[in-house]
Amino acid sequence: MYKLKATIIKDIRILLRDKVGIALMFIMPIILVVIVTSIQNSTFQLVNKNRIAMMVCNRDTGKLSTQLIQSIDKIGMFKLVNIPKSESEESIKNRMRGKDALLAIVIPADYTQKITAKAKNVSGKALNSFGLNGDTANKKISVNPLTMYFQPILQQSYRFSINGALRSALQIVESRETLRQLYFAINEKPLPEALEKDLLNNQTNINEVPVSISGGTIMPNASQHNVPAWTIFAMFFIIISLGGSVVREKLSGSFIRLKTLPTDFMVALISKQITYLGVTVLQAVVIFSMGLWLFPLIGLPALNLPSDYLALLVVTLVCGWCAVSYAICMGVYAHTQEQANGFGAVSIVILAAIGGLLVPSFAMPDGFKTVAVFSPLHWSIEAYYSLFLEGGKLKDVIPNLLPLLGITVLIQLAAYIGLKKKNLI
Amino acid sequence: MADLAVDIQNLTFSYAEDAGVHFAGLNLQIPKGERFGIFGPNGAGKTTLMSLMTGLISAESGSIKLLGQPIGVKKDKAVNKLFGFVPQDFSFYQELSPAENLEFFGAWAGLTKKQTDQRTTELLEVLGLQDVRNQPVEKFSGGMKRRVNLAIGVIHNPDILILDEPTVGVDVQTRHAIIDYLHKINDAGTTLVYTSHQLSEAEDLCNEVALIDDGQIIAQGGLDSLMEKYNQPTLEGLFLNLTGKQYRD
Repeated sequence: MYKLKATIIKDIRILLRDKVGIALMFIMPIILVVIVTSIQNSTFQLVNKNRIAMMVCNRDTGKLSTQLIQSIDKIGMFKLVNIPKSESEESIKNRMRGKDALLAIVIPADYTQKITAKAKNVSGKALNSFGLNGDTANKKISVNPLTMYFQPILQQSYRFSINGALRSALQIVESRETLRQLYFAINEKPLPEALEKDLLNNQTNINEVPVSISGGTIMPNASQHNVPAWTIFAMFFIIISLGGSVVREKLSGSFIRLKTLPTDFMVALISKQITYLGVTVLQAVVIFSMGLWLFPLIGLPALNLPSDYLALLVVTLVCGWCAVSYAICMGVYAHTQEQANGFGAVSIVILAAIGGLLVPSFAMPDGFKTVAVFSPLHWSIEAYYSLFLEGGKLKDVIPNLLPLLGITVLIQLAAYIGLKKKNLI
Repeated sequence: MADLAVDIQNLTFSYAEDAGVHFAGLNLQIPKGERFGIFGPNGAGKTTLMSLMTGLISAESGSIKLLGQPIGVKKDKAVNKLFGFVPQDFSFYQELSPAENLEFFGAWAGLTKKQTDQRTTELLEVLGLQDVRNQPVEKFSGGMKRRVNLAIGVIHNPDILILDEPTVGVDVQTRHAIIDYLHKINDAGTTLVYTSHQLSEAEDLCNEVALIDDGQIIAQGGLDSLMEKYNQPTLEGLFLNLTGKQYRD
């Protein structure tokens, strides 16, 4: 026991003197989790606070284009900036290049005229179908499109959302006008405002219910998604310190000297695993604590810890053990510290990407979904999400922990074979 | 046979990737209490022989016994308590201080905490490292690092001390200090098995030498008797006479 204790003390001393390694293991993930959570939180709040600037060039002089602009404004996603209707296409593009706005829409000059004509046409068709006389039934009306300019930095997913929002505003204007025309054709008087509101505004609300294992209804937020993800990332990034430490010991000949001493080399491996497993648990404690106490102070949603603390500890230990095993394995096979650090860091980013830490697994192509099961980070994030987002208990994470343990055993085996081949054990 | 510190019988070994260094039926006996030097040109097999004697690599056939106990037998590391090894490289943790290194290696050598503390104090004192006992070794000079390397090798008072070029790259003062210390522990009963490029050290330290070349012992005996036998006035002359003048690396 004294040998193991002395070895753990030695490993802790070396770890504490590796300032760069400590910075990479603790400071980098802390910065990452704060930045990424802030950015994602900002995205979540896009519809409430951080509106996207949109220039509106209304070439139409009718009332429907005004109603369209009001409808767009009502969506709440955009900060509208009106620009003169005389602005040329080039001038609008120049304004956008000058970063005046991320978006611009141009409402065509005949918008009101065409929508009104289309509404009359549809209303005529409706009258005909009711068995009444509708004299515009056979006309084909084509409405000129709304033009949307966008900055190329606007991601496709945002453009899809914006497109959907604009279509919804256009639909409201067209539907309202059709109703008015239909009402007028039947009653020969304008549609009463109260009835118009009843017809158009009584939309069915969408009640969002997170389907959790525990049955809880706490809405997931950016912290719940990001804190576990970046905690796993931090754990696996100990490869920079631990992988480098294994390489240094190999190169310095310390391993050789240890082999000549009357102690089993497994003591050295067990010590490294205990020491760095402690580091991964400490990383989790630090990052979770930040989510709990620091995030609310800087305007981010507070992290809600899972109710099953035992499950949280077990998941953290298994993820940490896998991360430690991976780092040792890399250190065993790397010939230089640069190799261990470079390949180690890049491989973690790749495993994080295919494991669903950077882009959710459900959004990946089918091929990547198949590959994801080979990434230990995939099973780690699934286990944490089961606890943090779905309110799962220990029994619920076992299906994720078993493959993770399987991968860990394989990595340990690979490290053992590497040590044997290099005559280190 | 119990009076032999090292007993190598019919040793066969070759590197798979390098056919140049090999032993084919090597025999070598070193009595207890000797100061035994193994000399030879680069690539002669000195370091390979040390690695075989310390169990770092395994022989294909034949046997190596230290104080009658076989070395290199899988899983059995009890024999490793009998010897200390001072490799040519600085084989310790440069981030740690000499005291911290000795604390760790003492535990691995099978000492208790109390024994380790006592030996650490003794060794740091005798090797002139007491004043820097708590400073990180990475800031030390080459000579100080050599002394740390040596201290680790003798932390557990081994019966046999195997040294691979323990004075390479050090100044005259450190070389003398190391040689003096080795004489001291030899007087106390430790058998020394030693390699070096410094032939003059053989005269300072060794009472018997073996000249090794191409995996074979080409001469063995006391210094005076060897020089007389080959009619050479110096060890260097003897060395060149037996191994030739052509480059070996």
